[in-house]
Amino acid sequence: MSLLQVKDLSISFGGVKAVDGVSFDVEPGEVFTLVGPNGAGKSTIFNLISRLYEPGGGRIIFDGEDITGRPAHDVAGLGIARTFQNIELFDHSSVLQNLLIGRHCRRDTRWFEELFFLPKVRRSEREHRRQVEEVIDFLDLAAYRDKLIAGLPYGVRKVVEIARALSSEPKLILLDEPASGLSVEETQNMAWWIEDMQKDLGLTVLMVEHDMSLVSRVSNRVLAVAEGRPLAMGTAAEVQADPKVIEAYLGTEETA
Amino acid sequence: MSNRFKSRYDDDINLFEGRWHLAQYALLIALLLAAPWLLGVYYLGELTAVLIWSLAGLGLMLISGHTGQVSLGHAAFMAIGAFTNLALMMRGWHFIPALLASAVTSGVLGAIISRPILRMSGIYLAIATLALSIIIEDLSILAEPITGGVAGLFAPPIDLFGLTIDRYSSPKAFYYLCLTVLVIVTLGYLNLLRSASGRSFLAVRDSEVSARALGVNVTRAKTLSFALSCAMTGLAGALYAHLAQAVNYESFLVLISITLLLQVVIGGLGSVHGAFFGAIVVVLLPQSIAMLRDFLNNTAGISIAAYPGMDTALFALLILLMVIYEPRGLYGVWFKVRTWLQLFPLYRKGMFRRTRTYLKTERQR
Repeated sequence: MSLLQVKDLSISFGGVKAVDGVSFDVEPGEVFTLVGPNGAGKSTIFNLISRLYEPGGGRIIFDGEDITGRPAHDVAGLGIARTFQNIELFDHSSVLQNLLIGRHCRRDTRWFEELFFLPKVRRSEREHRRQVEEVIDFLDLAAYRDKLIAGLPYGVRKVVEIARALSSEPKLILLDEPASGLSVEETQNMAWWIEDMQKDLGLTVLMVEHDMSLVSRVSNRVLAVAEGRPLAMGTAAEVQADPKVIEAYLGTEETA
Repeated sequence: MSNRFKSRYDDDINLFEGRWHLAQYALLIALLLAAPWLLGVYYLGELTAVLIWSLAGLGLMLISGHTGQVSLGHAAFMAIGAFTNLALMMRGWHFIPALLASAVTSGVLGAIISRPILRMSGIYLAIATLALSIIIEDLSILAEPITGGVAGLFAPPIDLFGLTIDRYSSPKAFYYLCLTVLVIVTLGYLNLLRSASGRSFLAVRDSEVSARALGVNVTRAKTLSFALSCAMTGLAGALYAHLAQAVNYESFLVLISITLLLQVVIGGLGSVHGAFFGAIVVVLLPQSIAMLRDFLNNTAGISIAAYPGMDTALFALLILLMVIYEPRGLYGVWFKVRTWLQLFPLYRKGMFRRTRTYLKTERQR
């Protein structure tokens, strides 16, 4: 059974149909990539899946459950974590604190227990920290553990955001342009990490990305979208060769 | 230069980083405990006022400094705390339950009010909370059975463990009472900050959208923060009523709300220390200005008493300088000094150079 099923999803902002009848299935354990020109609606699809936007039509089914009516703050607990295109970290907190907030959906203490810091709260805090340390080891962030986000280089912030998403123990991780703004070397590392997430952690990855070398390297399947509508689906090479995709990126000869 | 090696998770979880850190605070507490013998009655009263304003400042710090929601209406919750406490004590309640009732009433009312109000943000939130400050002034007159109307209420003496505590006849006991309440509240505050709820407040402050994506119920987090904030401020209001001995509609004017906000800004938004530093400034600045005035008058013969509003103007100037040169407040200054001492002689000048920051407010909510 597919881990994520998106059925006939659509949303419009005013008169603009940002997403118009997009359907796709993401199988467990695969890396599925959305590509398309700017304004194609890729990030909007992400925001719909993480329930930040209310869809105009269609359904989102995750792990057999229809999540279309769930509030946004339930999504993380169900096992969907995400990163943002413009890094949305908590700038005035340390890396460790950021990752601990990533575990918010796994909290098991109430505020009045925390007020008195009951032994139960301490146990729970230790467990959260143990889990977070595993993510720090996995993404090699130990050197930055106690640094404030505000002072970190861009490339490291990208990795911290992924680490924060991983801290919530997701089944599906949504990566919104993980390689944008990264150097060639950092993009290489990102490709390794995406492969590791898939192979070592058994995660399913849904990704939006423009860097076709990264896309071809890690993706099992690619879906091209343009103007909110699906264009072509297949392997990276198939999609790149599709005449409709080339047209969407470059325009046709007649209109030129 | 000190290096701290962490070998257990508890090293990070514990309130105190080590023996030295603990010793510093133990020394502070010892000094505070000894204060009644070190200070005269007048200065003990001032110190008591500092403690009470610290408590109110802690309340505002939680919602404004740690959750990022500005409030210009916290005097209203001081008023609710004060009137609840006095009204219940006059109906024969014991002081302790009446004090707890102050916290609970302010907290619950805060939670109810926060639902509509915290849907707003930025300047709109400031205006909405400002309205609270203005409404409470009229309400304190109108709700005469509770508040005593225009005349207000007088604080009865507190009976506690066989002692009769009164601000004037037993200033030491009243001081210890305030200190105890403040220490308990501060510990609770710190506990909250080192666990999930506190982190969710910080998350809401820095990026609502990613807080939501990580499973933080933003509305709930804001409501909880506002309610706890109001409860702390309510406690401060109750103690203030006993310090002032009498409260009426004029005790909690808009100016008090603004002073409270200035206090947390001067102290340093987003730090627990800031609430205390700010309280020291707010209470002692008018005193220092008065002392300076007398000094100038006696030595140089310059009379600045002819210029009323001098202390307010100086206060305003201080805020301006603070916002321009040290947005992290007195805590920021203290933090730099501490780092300088720790790193000596390796401190570099550019260490705390501010990088340009952008407001994230309207990007994606």
